Amino acid sequence: MASVILDPTNERTLAERTRTARPPSIVGLDVGLLDISKARGDVFLDRLEVLLTEAGANVRRYKKPTFTKPAPVDLRHEIASQCHVVIEALAD
Amino acid sequence: MSAAASTDPLTAPPGKLPDGLVAIVKRECATCVMVVPVLQRLVAERGLTVFTQDDPSFPDGIDAMHDVDLSVSWRNDIETVPTLIRVVDGAEVERTFGWSRADWQRLTAIEDLGDQLPVMRPGCGSMSVDPNLVDELRARFSGSTLRARRVEIADAEDETEAMFDRGWTDGLPVVAPTEARVLRMLTGTTRAADDVVAVVPPDLVEVTVEKVAINAVMAGCLPEHLPWVIAALEAVCTNEFNIHGVLATTMPVGPVIICNGPGTRDIGMNSGINVLGQGNRANLTIGRAVQLVIRNVGGGRPGEVDRATHGNPGKLSFCFAESDADSPITSLAVERGFSASDDVVTVFAGEGPRCIVDQLARDPELLANTMAACLRTLHNPKIVMAFDAILIIGPEHARVFADAGWDRERILAELHARLQIPGRELVRGADGMAEGVPAHLQDVTLPKFRPGGILLVHAGGGAGLFSAVIGGWANGEIGSQPVSRRVGAS
Repeated sequence: MASVILDPTNERTLAERTRTARPPSIVGLDVGLLDISKARGDVFLDRLEVLLTEAGANVRRYKKPTFTKPAPVDLRHEIASQCHVVIEALAD
Repeated sequence: MSAAASTDPLTAPPGKLPDGLVAIVKRECATCVMVVPVLQRLVAERGLTVFTQDDPSFPDGIDAMHDVDLSVSWRNDIETVPTLIRVVDGAEVERTFGWSRADWQRLTAIEDLGDQLPVMRPGCGSMSVDPNLVDELRARFSGSTLRARRVEIADAEDETEAMFDRGWTDGLPVVAPTEARVLRMLTGTTRAADDVVAVVPPDLVEVTVEKVAINAVMAGCLPEHLPWVIAALEAVCTNEFNIHGVLATTMPVGPVIICNGPGTRDIGMNSGINVLGQGNRANLTIGRAVQLVIRNVGGGRPGEVDRATHGNPGKLSFCFAESDADSPITSLAVERGFSASDDVVTVFAGEGPRCIVDQLARDPELLANTMAACLRTLHNPKIVMAFDAILIIGPEHARVFADAGWDRERILAELHARLQIPGRELVRGADGMAEGVPAHLQDVTLPKFRPGGILLVHAGGGAGLFSAVIGGWANGEIGSQPVSRRVGAS
């Protein structure tokens, strides 16, 4: 006889979202740079800011309180509402 | 069937007894066999209805109902046969079990009933409480309210392989979570199956008592382990403990669960020989169940959110009891504000343990020197204040301190005093090592551990002048903090 067992998982169906189209140019775009507060992440982002500004982007800087936890929802909303694109720096 | 019975058992609701006298018996029971003449008389004179559990032809000369699926016995809580019940207007008003002549005479209002039989004879266990059957009967008759999706495993499919294939295991085989097993697991808690225990990272999904029980079955837990699993999950899924970060880090840490209180002994946890090793079901399955919930409900799987460079074997399960009943020092739980009679879990983001050896020190000062020197090297001898540690003092080392009158506070004070390190030894580049503190701290003395950063625990076998250290992970608000919860508190 076939046996029946109970599903141990969260039984979620993941929502699939389509990726935003890649912008043809970054000139004039608001580009968010998210520092996750990991050591030396700022070194990488400082250099990116220079390069992106030279390329015509309007750079905005953001920082997570700690790299060990997800970005707070308010910060995510702030970035989403203020930026066209975002770059997150992982520093490991 | 007796004409006196106003309810026809064939058409009555499940388990409902007919009015009048009802007896539940089985042939395998010597007392049931002994009372057959009494049953025959009651059928003739009182319209007795008889349910037989095993042999449908028993008792001889009586047209008994066969309780073939034991539904009547289960639904009427029959624990012993024979049981004699008096039913009026569909409701039980009185019962007796086994053979007690006086009780049977009173219940039937027949003064000379069974005069030829002994005054008293104990009955036998009802088949409906047979340990080999009870879980299946509970699943069949308790009107399951379990909500988890049912997964059918085909005849030709290997159950164990099917669970591996679905990604439900930690790499070791798991016990199949059948409804019967999950219902049995749920007898270990008074909480409702649909109670929410916690919101489990990283997917931030509410986990119910039922889902915890399913994973506890898979881990190999017994019902009495379930409250400990629940308490540990409540602790792990706090913002303070930060299991999301503990998973996502490249460091080799996982939840280390330290258990305190008399309940640890009631459920057979190990706090002695091989306390951190294999061989104890409670230690291993409680920790494993917590990890299976994080995997299966929270979605925290290696290579996905879990990015550990090496990990450690304790990420399968790392749970043990403090030897607090015979400890010369205050227990970890009492230190953290609980009573010695409380059952408590404390979770700590820790790596694998390592051994501190000092077989010569009989003086507490010398032993503290060894311990401090070993603690100094944790993670990197030049990294300070970033990580906490659990120091598990073995009983023989604890005795060295206790004989000198050192209590918990004194031991910790002596260790912290020995772990104040001149900045010149710690700055980047010192001792030919790149790692270290910035150069401006050259002239500052820095502690290896932040205040409260060493968690003392007493555990281990009675022989061996050893202790053990479990290194932590990023501490404080930016990382993970130890969290304690009382077992069965909610």
